[in-house]
Amino acid sequence: MSSKISRENFIRSIADLIRKAEIELPDDVVNALRKAESIEENQVAKSQLQAILKNIEIAKNHGVPMCQDTGIMIFFAELGTEFQPGFDLEAAVRDAVALATREIPLRPNAVDPLNRNNSGNNTGSGIPDIHWKLVPGKQLKITVSPKGAGSENMSALRMFNPTEAGSIKNFVLETVINAGGMPCPPLTLGIGIGGSFDKAARLAKEALLEPLDAPMNELEQEVLEAVNALGIGCMGLGGSTTALAVHIKTAHCHTASLPVAINIQCWANRHASIVFGEEE
Amino acid sequence: MEYHLQTPLKFEDIEKLNAGDIVYISGEILTARDEAHARILEMEEKGEELPFSLEGAVIYHCGPLMQQTESGWKVISAGPTTSGRMSKMTPPLLKTHKVRAIIGKGGMKNVADSLKSCCVYIAYTGGCAALAAELIKDVKTVHWPDLGMPEAVWVLRVEKFGPLIVGIDAKGKDIFSEVREKAEKVLEELQK
Repeated sequence: MSSKISRENFIRSIADLIRKAEIELPDDVVNALRKAESIEENQVAKSQLQAILKNIEIAKNHGVPMCQDTGIMIFFAELGTEFQPGFDLEAAVRDAVALATREIPLRPNAVDPLNRNNSGNNTGSGIPDIHWKLVPGKQLKITVSPKGAGSENMSALRMFNPTEAGSIKNFVLETVINAGGMPCPPLTLGIGIGGSFDKAARLAKEALLEPLDAPMNELEQEVLEAVNALGIGCMGLGGSTTALAVHIKTAHCHTASLPVAINIQCWANRHASIVFGEEE
Repeated sequence: MEYHLQTPLKFEDIEKLNAGDIVYISGEILTARDEAHARILEMEEKGEELPFSLEGAVIYHCGPLMQQTESGWKVISAGPTTSGRMSKMTPPLLKTHKVRAIIGKGGMKNVADSLKSCCVYIAYTGGCAALAAELIKDVKTVHWPDLGMPEAVWVLRVEKFGPLIVGIDAKGKDIFSEVREKAEKVLEELQK
């Protein structure tokens, strides 16, 4: 694909990308849910996982959003320094969100934070949220991650003392217990360690995009096992799988601080990506 | 046990339910979440009459995704929302209205006492909105559309809506708090 994409085609592609993310889960997520269902011994939890798998099928076959909370649109864009769109990319992404809201349709979720007036088309001040990263090359990769409020509301951030790294696992467990069934487990846990107040949160959100079948390091594995030992289970009704995966991203931080952010994702770990521009 | 219930519900219908039972509901259910709960309580405080009856009602914690078509409103996707946000507003609402069942997800902390001898909390699988939409047969009406699509009160006709799991029964048993207590014990052990 040439980097000389028209604005109209770009908007069409982004609206289609949003549709894909809302209707169809990535294979690694579906496989992880299937596995959770197959190993579950708690009958209530098993019935909930079966409902989830059935819901995934219906959404895909009927082409409707899998969850009525179609989320707010979070975009991660890797913009090649030699990619030349010839139009305002950010404005085009906003237009694509408004188009997708009408077409798919999506639930209008964007409201003014204080007077709660709904914009009606999922755009507004600072929303959609687009994270730009400049990378070498001639391509533009865009990932959309529609994020629901049930799981986002249960997320947490704490500024630890630098000597308290040993307490991070506890912080995760407390956060997961406090969340209970509210964020629609089985969860994906994205954890950002280090950076700054906002950087830790960004790392946590990026960690949610990691494939669920990607190998976990020792710490991730240890946290996942402890989370699943809690027995909160699917929808908080008890069971063996509370989380499908734990992914941690780190960044260097100030010698006097240790920020830790936990971004919780529901079972519907929705995201989809597209690449524009010439192959290199 | 598995039960099939028809709305409007009487106390006798829900009295027999035990936490963990499976339930299917047919008839009419009303969606209500944050803003609708706040308005119900506000109108009551002013002594105003609600535009709908909550006698024997089933409240569904849901902000549906609807589409307006030539023949009226169509349900696209309508799963449950997090009930925890309505925990504080539910006990006062139950004091004045004979709501017999609340459908939601994630449970409600500190509400079991208020549900005792009057109402049950039933869990519907969170996120299963495409599945739920198939069980909603039509949209009877919408109240308070000024609150916006997710927050308005939608009156929905459902058939065999479920499987629903009784999360908190009318005798005070609460699966969610039991699971939480167990999890806290596991954490205590891990911290030793």
